[in-house]
Formats: sequence, C-alpha cells, structure tokens
Amino acid sequence: MSLAISNTALLQARLWYAQRISAMVLGLCVAIHLFIMFYAIRGGLTAGEILGRTQGNWLFAIFYEVFVLACLVHAPIGLANILRENFPRSPVVGVLPWILAALILVLGTTAVIGVFTGGVGR
Amino acid sequence: MSETNLKVKVWRGAEQGEFVEYLVPRNSNQTVLDVVTYIQRKLDPTLSYRFACRVGMCGSCAMTVNGVARWTCRTHVAKIVEGDALEIAPLNNLPVIKDLATDMREFFNKWKGAVGFFKGEQTRHDDFAIVKPDSEERQLANAGIECIGCAVCYASCDVVASRSDYLGPAALNRAWTLTNDVRDTQQLDRLRAVAGDAGCHTCHTHGSCTERCPKQLEPTAGISGLKKLVARAAVRGTKWGKL
Repeated sequence: MSLAISNTALLQARLWYAQRISAMVLGLCVAIHLFIMFYAIRGGLTAGEILGRTQGNWLFAIFYEVFVLACLVHAPIGLANILRENFPRSPVVGVLPWILAALILVLGTTAVIGVFTGGVGR
Repeated sequence: MSETNLKVKVWRGAEQGEFVEYLVPRNSNQTVLDVVTYIQRKLDPTLSYRFACRVGMCGSCAMTVNGVARWTCRTHVAKIVEGDALEIAPLNNLPVIKDLATDMREFFNKWKGAVGFFKGEQTRHDDFAIVKPDSEERQLANAGIECIGCAVCYASCDVVASRSDYLGPAALNRAWTLTNDVRDTQQLDRLRAVAGDAGCHTCHTHGSCTERCPKQLEPTAGISGLKKLVARAAVRGTKWGKL
C-alpha cells in the first residue's frame, strides 16, 4: 500500500513547522524586548531619549527587524488556521492572511526604519 | 441492601428521542452498568445498550453519564451521583442506533484511515523480533498501548464535534504507538495519512481526551509527537524518508 499525500497536507505540515520555529524566535524576542523596556524606563523616558539611543544603532534595527519577520511568519499562519476552521469554504481564507502579512511587513519595517533614522526629514 | 432509590433518566430513541425516568434501588458498590442492567432486566427489557466484559477490558460499555463520557462498568454510582439523580445518554459524536447503543463504524474506520494497524515483514517462521524494553521507542509505544477502544476520548473531543472528518484522539494515539513500533513497515504511509487538516494538525490541544481517558493514557501527548514527526518528515526527512 502506498498512500499519496495531498499538497495541502504537506503544506500544512511545513506551515506548522514554520509557525513553531517563528514562535521560538518570538518568545526570545519578546523576552529581550521586555527586558530592554524595563531597563530603559528606569528614570523616566522621552521620545527624544528613545530616538537618541536608537538612531544609527544597527544592532537595534536588526533585532527589531527579526522581530517583525518572526511576526510576519507566525501571525498569518495562525489567522489562516482560525479562518479555515470557521469558514472552510470562504475565499477569505486565501486572502486575509496575505493582507495581514503585507501589513505586518510594511508597517513593522516602516517603524524600524523610523526609529533607526529618526524619521523622514530629520 | 437498598437504602433508597436512584432517579435515573435514560435516553430512549435514536437521534430523536427523550429521557425516560426509572427508579432503581441503590446498592453499595453499584456501578453505572449495574444500574443500566437492572433497568433492562427488571423494568424495561426493550432498553438497548452494549457491554461485554464488565471489568474494564473490552471498551464496549462507554456512555455519557451526568454529561460526561465514562466507562460505565468501572464507574461507581457513589462517585458521580448528584443527589439521587443519574442521567445516562449515548456517547456524543457518534450516530445513535437505539437508546444507549451508538454506531461505532466511523470511529473504527478512522483507525484504519490513520493506518492504525500493524504490518511487519517477518513471518511465523522467522525468529522473534528483539525490542529492548528500555529503548525510547518501546517506552513511547508503552505509554499509549493500553487503549481499549472505548471511544470516551472521541466523544469528549471538541474538534471531533465541530469537524466530522477529524481522525480523532484514539486513531491518532494508535498511529503514534505504531510509529514507535520498530517492526512496522508502513511508517511513511502512516505519516502521510495523519498529516494535514483531518489529522494531527487539527488538534487544538484542549486535552479533554487525556482528562477523560479511563486508562489514563495521553492522546494529546501522542498527537503532539505526531505533529513534530510529520513536520520533520515534511521539512527535513526522517530515517524512513521524506514526505
């Protein structure tokens, strides 16, 4: 006996894997993010101070872009799972996760660039 | 040594039906199956239900008792009775044939669908396969091997309730024990069968199967093992090959 595996099942197995790996990255990122946040606000904090630290800081930019990329992988897969279960025959299953992915990538990267450069025109 | 009467509401009918109340003498050490048997033998011989061994081995007497799926032959009335009331219904998530007897064909077909059966390459003329009791595979198989096929987990699973094509905890638990059987020759076929939307990836890890299993097995853990194994087979490949 030899069973064929459907493309959907294979894709789902791969997506599951991608979601678990991105969850590990996210877990680490969130922990570091919280730690830095608590550390940074000890003596009060202004927007100017934040930008002063983050502008031109490559380490900061790379860390937060990794954070954005992990979200980009993780969240749309989760949303697709929820949609597939609740609306199995609806076309939104194939559309909404991609829109969410595009939003996370564009908005997230814009934010990272913003704090790295200090905002356009500065 | 009847102290009082139990008020027992029993489901009568098929998918359509109603609860009918019977008064059953209460005895010490009485099981729910004793109650059902009393009703059938003394009060209403038309009551249909299923049982065989009466000692928790065969897995045929599971019913919904006071809203929870249980093996009735090993469930003492004293432990679950609410006041003097019992409500006994057929298992959830399975078609009702009549009264307390459900049609379990789909449940067992799903075991077959998950390649939940053994196939080796040796014959009776070969020597015994040697599997070390302390090997990792044997230990993992041991953890899930005592399933009696009672369908308590299947009836308790929220995902089965919402998705009729989901293979369910019992079939996936069986598949998991077989993936850890080093003699079995259908490993990739089994991983293909349990991958995807109707298989292990659909499990929400609610854990109702593990909480309710009368044999204290952990289908949730087995399903999680399958998820990891299937993903590895799809992405990196396993010792049996790649999906």
